[in-house]
Amino acid sequence: MSEVILSTEAVSKSFGKFRALAGISASFPSGKLTSIIGPNGAGKSTFFNLLSGAFPPSEGRVIFEGRDITGTPQHHFAKLGIAKSFQITNVFPQLPVHENVRVALQALVSRYQIWSPRANLPELAERAEALLEIVGLQEHRHRAAGTLAHGQQRALEIAMALAANPRLLLLDEPTAGMSPEETRAMMDLILKLASERTVILVEHKMKLVMGISDRLLVLHHGELLAEGTPDEIRRNETVKRVYLGQREH
Amino acid sequence: MLNADFVARCKRHRVVLAIAFLIIFPLLMPFKAIAVNILIYGLYALGFNMLFGTLGLLSFGHAALFGGGAYACGLVMLRLGLPWYVGVFGAVLAGMLIAAVIGAFAIRTRGIYFAMVTMALAQCLYFLADQATEFTGGENGLRGIELKTIQLPAITLNFVDPLTRYYVIAFFVAIALIVLSRILASPFGAVMEAVRENEARARACGYDVRATRYLAFVLSGGFCGLAGAMQALHLSIVPLETLAITNSGLVVMMALLGGMGTFFGPFVGAGVFLLLENLVSLWTVHWQLFVGAAFVCCVLFFPRGIWGTILLGRAR
Repeated sequence: MSEVILSTEAVSKSFGKFRALAGISASFPSGKLTSIIGPNGAGKSTFFNLLSGAFPPSEGRVIFEGRDITGTPQHHFAKLGIAKSFQITNVFPQLPVHENVRVALQALVSRYQIWSPRANLPELAERAEALLEIVGLQEHRHRAAGTLAHGQQRALEIAMALAANPRLLLLDEPTAGMSPEETRAMMDLILKLASERTVILVEHKMKLVMGISDRLLVLHHGELLAEGTPDEIRRNETVKRVYLGQREH
Repeated sequence: MLNADFVARCKRHRVVLAIAFLIIFPLLMPFKAIAVNILIYGLYALGFNMLFGTLGLLSFGHAALFGGGAYACGLVMLRLGLPWYVGVFGAVLAGMLIAAVIGAFAIRTRGIYFAMVTMALAQCLYFLADQATEFTGGENGLRGIELKTIQLPAITLNFVDPLTRYYVIAFFVAIALIVLSRILASPFGAVMEAVRENEARARACGYDVRATRYLAFVLSGGFCGLAGAMQALHLSIVPLETLAITNSGLVVMMALLGGMGTFFGPFVGAGVFLLLENLVSLWTVHWQLFVGAAFVCCVLFFPRGIWGTILLGRAR
């Protein structure tokens, strides 16, 4: 297997008495697209939040590029080289589309400058323009982000996640609530992004990710049920029983 | 389109337009004393609005920053015997310092809790000033702050003359407007907006939300401290009520009346509030009833405030 970019060592997470994740050890190969799948309530989102640093695990460690990042505050993740998109659409609704991306880019160079004008950082505006082009939003650059269609907001979010030029991109159900057309466009975009960096995708629609993933992790009841290539997962009897047997909706 | 263009151009020159307005303003006002009050409270609301409108943090303890500045200015002049401009400088520092202390506790909380913590800490300062009678004059207030003339290299200004006094204070307000405009146009200004719009997203982008709030709170303290100093010089006394909770509430009303998050709104809000107070109290002692009604109408029907609604109308 190729080099590992991110791994977890026996991470668990409990919310009060509820044990959402029970000792998951997994590793994510560098440069690959890995999808985390599982039925509703399997602990996918909890696992995603541990990987993206939204909250620390109750037990266990998270290692990124050989470095223990367990408990690192969320706002350091962009600098580390990890970016994420949210399951619920999460943009700056009243700010123009272009400013959304520009301010995401600005986080890397200027956070507490109170005196020099923003206009002194023209390269940020240019890079924002380029990122909007990648996700196909350049014609909407002046609109308030909150007025975009759902699919467009998700695309904008990805542009913002790309701002930090992350080596690892974490996407939480990027196609949630999208029309089939929007879903197809998003899948194309994800494939394009995955050709240049490591992508970890959380998705509960299994069919969707089978075709594009290099590897799959299957969670069930907070445990790692199986991992392997799409073909291996498709042939796995346990997975078939708990997951494929269910009707997808 | 012409209107939108017009608004955009106004926005670019907002500082020049605001200062131009401040220059002609007293000539339009029947009583110069009200004009001075509008300036001072407008500046106070400006500092509050930076936190509330731009960053989205509602503080109920801004009287501590305003009153702290007023006391600092007075104490520097009376107890240390230093000139008035040192007092003004000291007031700005005091406002920022008090904000730094209150902020250190309050910034961990948000929403209603932030409002409560700031209010509680501001009350602490109020009682401190009340108890330290020998130093602050206690409930009699800090008396005897005297500024009659201002010596400039070429001329001597008579601070007792209402119009001169107005322009001296307007000078400091103009500086504050320039500074605020620069802060809003800076990269940090963009960060404040981002944090207001979506905290989780700002954090994921790599911004330290807590540090951003803290810095904004301290900066806000500087503006409010300056407003306090102007108040002290204007009244020649710092009443204990300057630190009172009503003064914290007042600035919330003014900012909402004018339009939160707008550049000039705080002055409009302070102006409407003080003019209503003055005009209605000529006719009835129950002026608060009418000002309160105006405030309620404003919140219900013009949630963007007076100035915010005018700007929106022009932009259409």
